[in-house]
Amino acid sequence: MKRYLLPLLVFVVLLGFLAVGLNLKPREVPSPLIDKPAPAFTLARLDQPEKQLTLQDLKGKVWLLNVWASWCVACRIEHPLLVELAGSGAVPIYGLNYKDKRDDALAWLAKHGNPYVASLVDAEGLVGIDYGVYGVPETFVIDKSGTIRLKHIGPVTPEVLRDTILPLVKKLNA
Amino acid sequence: MHKLLVMLLLAWLGLAAAQEARPLAEDPVLEAKVMRIAEELRCLVCQNETIAASHADLAVDLRKQIRLKLQQGQSQEQILDFMVQRYGDFVLYRPPVKSSTWLLWGGPFVLLGVALIGLALSIRRRRSQAAAPLPADEAERARRLLGEETS
Repeated sequence: MKRYLLPLLVFVVLLGFLAVGLNLKPREVPSPLIDKPAPAFTLARLDQPEKQLTLQDLKGKVWLLNVWASWCVACRIEHPLLVELAGSGAVPIYGLNYKDKRDDALAWLAKHGNPYVASLVDAEGLVGIDYGVYGVPETFVIDKSGTIRLKHIGPVTPEVLRDTILPLVKKLNA
Repeated sequence: MHKLLVMLLLAWLGLAAAQEARPLAEDPVLEAKVMRIAEELRCLVCQNETIAASHADLAVDLRKQIRLKLQQGQSQEQILDFMVQRYGDFVLYRPPVKSSTWLLWGGPFVLLGVALIGLALSIRRRRSQAAAPLPADEAERARRLLGEETS
């Protein structure tokens, strides 16, 4: 009996490691930008290309920065949720239109709805690089002082919105 | 007419091919430097590839950034810092040794140590087993079974 004990123990430990490994999400790399000042930008608005928006313009309020593109299939999953969120008025959402074509982007918004107060055009993806974007869609929560408080990689789910993003926005607005 | 068209097409193809290869030919020394730095960086889109090897859009963009920064006279260290600030230590194929990575660096040696201790223990146990002499009656029986003459 005793001779089976050690192999069994090794097996159980191995099983433990494998179980933990299965539940890790290696695609979600923790961002070093959390609790750091949001990188500055000066970008043209998608709807009014002659007008520019800077990070400074958004200081003093809690807002979401949602990185999206018309070529991004996963963006379609979260989009109805964002439209709903925008309708509720809980928090202003700004879009970062990442490496997209203007016409495609406008058509996409016309088709799926526009939850954004404004979308900023990042055609070259340089602001995306500053924000460490590597998988669209990504969503940042930025506080009144312009500090990044949360980064969500991948489509926003109703659970993430309810349990993480909205409580955080409420806390930051308090 | 037909011939002319074919020739024009061929010339255009040749031009197109030349355009494709230009960045490399422009400055091979710079390109080698870009690739050397890109080899140090992990592509976040295809995580087991370097930025040098990956064809992902982001990898192409980041190679462009490296090239630009080298042209601006930045050092390899500055460029790696730029990447770490944005993507974290995860982008480095050789992450720095610090409190959050000591398990990564030390883990293999800890495992090796455990294995060596296990090996030593098992060797010692085996040796002590071999050293224990057979009791007289068992030795007698073994000899008989092996068909040897009892002395």
